[in-house]
Amino acid sequence: MSERKSPAVTAVGVKKTLRRRWRPGEKFIEGWIFLAGILAIVILLGIIALLLKEGLPIFIHTTPWEFFFGTKWYPVSEPPTFGIMPFFVATIWITLVATAISVSVGIACAAYLAEVAPAKVRETVKPIVEILAGFPSVVMGFIGLMLLSPLVQSALNLNTGLSGLTAGIMLSLMSLPIVISVSEDALRAVPDDFRQAAYALGATRWETIWHVSIPGALSGITAAIMLGVGRAIGETMTVLMVAGGALAVPISPTEPMMPMTAAIASGIGNAVRGGLQYQALFAIGLVLFVITLAVNLVADRVLERQKRKFAR
Amino acid sequence: MIKLIKKMKKGWLALALVAVLFVAAAGCSNQGTTADDEFSGSFNIIGSNTVTPLTSVWAENFMKMHTEVNIAVSGPGSGAGIAALINGTTDICQASRTIKQQEVDQAKANGVEPYEIQVASDALSVVVNPANPVSELTITQLSAIYINQITNWKEVGGNDAPIVALSRDTNSGTHVFFKEHVVQMAGLPSADESLEYGPKVLLLPSTEEGVSEVARNPNAIFYPGLGYVTEEVKPLAIKQTADSEGVLPSVATALDGTYPIARPLLYYTNGEPTGTIKSFIDYCLSPEGQERVTEVGYVPLG
Repeated sequence: MSERKSPAVTAVGVKKTLRRRWRPGEKFIEGWIFLAGILAIVILLGIIALLLKEGLPIFIHTTPWEFFFGTKWYPVSEPPTFGIMPFFVATIWITLVATAISVSVGIACAAYLAEVAPAKVRETVKPIVEILAGFPSVVMGFIGLMLLSPLVQSALNLNTGLSGLTAGIMLSLMSLPIVISVSEDALRAVPDDFRQAAYALGATRWETIWHVSIPGALSGITAAIMLGVGRAIGETMTVLMVAGGALAVPISPTEPMMPMTAAIASGIGNAVRGGLQYQALFAIGLVLFVITLAVNLVADRVLERQKRKFAR
Repeated sequence: MIKLIKKMKKGWLALALVAVLFVAAAGCSNQGTTADDEFSGSFNIIGSNTVTPLTSVWAENFMKMHTEVNIAVSGPGSGAGIAALINGTTDICQASRTIKQQEVDQAKANGVEPYEIQVASDALSVVVNPANPVSELTITQLSAIYINQITNWKEVGGNDAPIVALSRDTNSGTHVFFKEHVVQMAGLPSADESLEYGPKVLLLPSTEEGVSEVARNPNAIFYPGLGYVTEEVKPLAIKQTADSEGVLPSVATALDGTYPIARPLLYYTNGEPTGTIKSFIDYCLSPEGQERVTEVGYVPLG
């Protein structure tokens, strides 16, 4: 009875009839899909080429050393100076805060969902967690601005609640769904034999989770963390609204700061095509691209390893 | 059940197709009306966040009078507006600062001839939280606050509390105007063009955000245009020098020239405006248009 209603069977049924109906156009569709696949690669290469073409010329004006380690960013002054150190450090602080929160909460949540919670709870909670990922970042920024920043300010007795910490907390909420979802999948991929063996040896449930399930799923969890980090680094609107946007190199996460994404967003409208500021912003974009690419590559590698580990 | 779903899917597809056709048709007809008939067509106005409320009111009224006209207004900042004018992506640039020589050169290199029209004036109010006992500051004190030389309110006669200096980001004409006329003290004997905003100044993406932060934070200070001042913040009286009298920002004090931080609000077009754009600007400058300026909270042309 339940077999007949399962979605897989329904899908097969639809597929059959669709196939019959669309056969004349199949070649066309195939070609179109192939083009779409190629298009993604072409666009990716195009973006890289554009970033390089627009960003690299800044190094004629500013030496790479001055660009990466300079602490002064005055793009509209005469003469302009472009040092991205404050943005770079700000990005690191905010990502650290976001990762620390999303990892500690996310893995605990994933362990609960995968190992402890009854199926009914899991099936209700997981979709709800995933809805959290769908919140537009501007809404998260608004919540951070109106609710979280006054809280952070009074709780820590800061000069202003617009700080890297506030931004980090908001970002952790945004990367949490990815961390939970991917780690939960990784934990569930650990074969049940492992757990049964642990129980047979007299391990408690906690010991099983801590010594068997989590180590078994470690590469998948690492990938989840990396994906969360990637999300936090690239997020723009939220940090633009709540991080405060000060140009000093931040010494602690409780200071107002401007991460790289916010620096690009707040400057690009002002930049004349081909001007120095425009080139400098593209160079920041290039740095950002390299960082997220590295993070995603690591995540991909680790995830691949996890898959191979349990492939049978 | 499955059949029903399929039917629905088909319906959606048809709907999407119709929508696409509709949009395409609308696009075509829109282009069609951009003829040189004086009171039709569409154009856009990009630029200052400060001028946006005023431009929006003018655009709305103008579109009400001439239903064939379509005006799109957006306010990312004066710098962004001027960049858009130079890049040819806007018809009118609204700005709260004058165009720089460097930008004129860039425009000319791109074949754009910036044409300046002053449409109103604005007084830049300096606001603090109502709980802050400070009620007046000199330009020199303001400059010291914004270069992070003065960092505590007690140094300017307030409580023993740190100053949180808020500013707009570099997209904003207000950022540049305030830098030239307050931070660098243009026109004062102590003027120094090498001064810059201090690194601890918070650069915010919008004027509204600065005003709401001042309303919340007793230590904050910010400089919105007159039109953005709400009941929740307290404007400061500004003294040109330590000896002169403090003047509160208002339409009257900006008009008679006693308020020290006032500035022109400008439109830039590529060459002298013609056709619909000219009739729109004529409306802005007409007595009726200037009446709206006072309503929105800015200073009409004298």
